[in-house]
Amino acid sequence: MQTRRETLKHSAIVAGLLATTGLFPQYALAYNKTAFEAKAVADVLKALGAGAPVESKDVTIGGPDIAENGAVVPLTASTALPGVKHILLLVEKNPAALVALFNVTDSVEANFATRSKMGQSSDVYAVAIMNDGKALFAKKEVKVTLGGCGG
Amino acid sequence: MADPMRIRAKAEGDKATVRVLMSHEMESGQRKDSAGKLIPAWHINEVTASHNGKIVMTAEWGPAVSKNPFLQFNVKGAKAGDKVAITWKDNKGDSRTDEATVS
Repeated sequence: MQTRRETLKHSAIVAGLLATTGLFPQYALAYNKTAFEAKAVADVLKALGAGAPVESKDVTIGGPDIAENGAVVPLTASTALPGVKHILLLVEKNPAALVALFNVTDSVEANFATRSKMGQSSDVYAVAIMNDGKALFAKKEVKVTLGGCGG
Repeated sequence: MADPMRIRAKAEGDKATVRVLMSHEMESGQRKDSAGKLIPAWHINEVTASHNGKIVMTAEWGPAVSKNPFLQFNVKGAKAGDKVAITWKDNKGDSRTDEATVS
């Protein structure tokens, strides 16, 4: 059992460590509200300061062709390219397109899997934003038989 | 305090695959209750992963991530016995950290 004092001490150490890394300036930034409220794919990229997206074979998006339940659609986004800064998962026809944004470091592979909600059949995008601001994307159509946004 | 996460980390070659299942409502802010009032959004918006105390990945999530979110990623250079910790924070300021050992 940890005492309250120990817990506080640990949190202080962790907070200190986070502050000193400096490698992760995005951690200090507020949650990117504009990007998450943007409705269209292009607006999301603009909010993140990325250039015009280019379709690329080096980025892969994985997901089902037909999702029976729009509340739980497994999606994967990955790329083998070096110098990736962010990986984004987007669903074009959701009320807000951006589902998740992953900040990639040298210690992790640019390969993420999660589950998303989808309101209706739509194209889903995996976007890799490179260190130089270039945006590469891959897209795939996912058909949804039962939406997961309303209710 | 929210329920604990389930974290599985398995070493494969020179990397480890980490799978996390978080316990969170992930209310989208789009749904209405029986009285027709909008249920406010309540979702995880920050996820941080660390390997032996060093942050290796951060993520920002919107409300479109499914309820009880699943996350999978690979940590380079992680081997059996290493510690992997995951922290999430939601838009109501609640947070939770759990740690697992790579097997």
